Amino acid sequence: MAMPDRGTKGDTMVHLSDIGLSHDRGKNFILRHVDLTIDKGQFVALLGPSGVGKSTLLRVIMGLTPPTEGQVSLTPPASPIGRSTALVFQDAKLMPWRTVRQNVELGLEGVGLSRADRHARAMATLELVGLADRADRWPRQLSGGQRQRVGVARALTVEPDLLLMDEPFGALDAITRSALQDELLRIWAQTHKTVLFVTHDIDEALILADRIIVLSGHPASVRGDFMVGPRPRDRSSPATQALVERLKALIAGEPDPGDRPAYWQASEI
Amino acid sequence: MRPDRTSLTRLGLGVLGLLILFGSWEAIVRLGWVPAGLLPAPSSLGPAWLDEVRNGAWQAAIRDSLTHYVLGLVIGSVLGALVGLLCGAVPVLDALLAGVVRVLRPIPGLAWVPFAILWFGLNTAGATFVIAISVFWINFYAAYGAVQSIDPDLYEVAAAFGHGSFVGRLTKVVLPASAPGLLAGLRTGLGQAWMSVVAAELFGVPGIGARMMQASSLLATDLVVVYMLTMALLYALTDMLFMVVRRRLLGWQG
Repeated sequence: MAMPDRGTKGDTMVHLSDIGLSHDRGKNFILRHVDLTIDKGQFVALLGPSGVGKSTLLRVIMGLTPPTEGQVSLTPPASPIGRSTALVFQDAKLMPWRTVRQNVELGLEGVGLSRADRHARAMATLELVGLADRADRWPRQLSGGQRQRVGVARALTVEPDLLLMDEPFGALDAITRSALQDELLRIWAQTHKTVLFVTHDIDEALILADRIIVLSGHPASVRGDFMVGPRPRDRSSPATQALVERLKALIAGEPDPGDRPAYWQASEI
Repeated sequence: MRPDRTSLTRLGLGVLGLLILFGSWEAIVRLGWVPAGLLPAPSSLGPAWLDEVRNGAWQAAIRDSLTHYVLGLVIGSVLGALVGLLCGAVPVLDALLAGVVRVLRPIPGLAWVPFAILWFGLNTAGATFVIAISVFWINFYAAYGAVQSIDPDLYEVAAAFGHGSFVGRLTKVVLPASAPGLLAGLRTGLGQAWMSVVAAELFGVPGIGARMMQASSLLATDLVVVYMLTMALLYALTDMLFMVVRRRLLGWQG
């Protein structure tokens, strides 16, 4: 198991200690002994094979699924209308009976904001994701990439301290996907959000994240934790290639090859 | 919707079909192919209708039937949709009522007529009861099915954005998501309710159905046809009104 080596020592945004999750009263565990600390402002990729429990872990962090064991500590929301966390779903999951703007307003309803205030906040985030001119369209009138941008806007509108993203670009074509990755990095640089981004794609993790956490095994736990150097990453550099080899091995549940050739041991690239 | 060439052609053909129906009908009666008195000629319907309007019977029948129709439709639809929604959304209630539904569902509205007379009498309440029961089941199943087919992920979306309570799920997901199904049930009910109006009135509650019974016992077949066409007209009007409302509510479906 790779040692967690977190570079920055900022404020802690979320702390998971010894999380275990079982749907049959402890006979079989999906997650076990998951320990994780994420610092403010970090862009963290949660990397692991499909079906390992990455999305489940996001739901545990959000409080949608209570853990069987262990504790989730989140910093309380900074803004009065804000939430600690907001989730960007796979396939956007917009409500088809709401216009784009109404979808973005979902998290602002019932928190005591005036209608005009809700409109203004929703329009501001739609501006941020570049869809202000589509505010009165129906979701069915948007492309897949636009729908997912609305999903991002819906999450950003509630001013979350921690933005959780559940393979948000997985269902998109390569070109749209790459464009949205660039856009997400731009938004991230603009808003300084803490992001936990679930993916099973090593390249996506390398493009986006400051830090890559590998979740794998049955039951799943954190098998690797790597800081990645400044963007953009040179995919052909020996250090990156070494990291890719280590990530591949850890995802597959094999021992970390990091110990073998001496120069592979550097997890800081 | 803009009327384009195809829809105009369809409309024209529809009118032509009606002209053929009434034309051949008139011809059959004029040529004496059916014994006199069994089938009134379309041309005799106009005078019969004018007589009914002059003595006020037509207006009174429509007023009475509309009262039964609207009351039965509203009570039956609201209760049916409500119970259907709750059964779809609350598994415990669904299980609790599954047996009751099985027992009551196959009983047609008309079978309740004896009890309608006993409980309410030959009046508006009795007719309303019979109509409401037949409309109830249509709306119950439409609402139930609509709730069952909601994408379960949308409940999670609602919960993730602060609407995880029962009321939150109901107002942010269940009601809007099942609206198309509810309205489809309502529309079927609009037609079914007109059929039940005749049935409910045949046993003597004043209205179109009762007037038709009177006319047929006097062998006034022209009056029977006048009221058949009146019913068709009223159904067409209610259905058109409904489509206008539906377009406003379900603009998102496109």
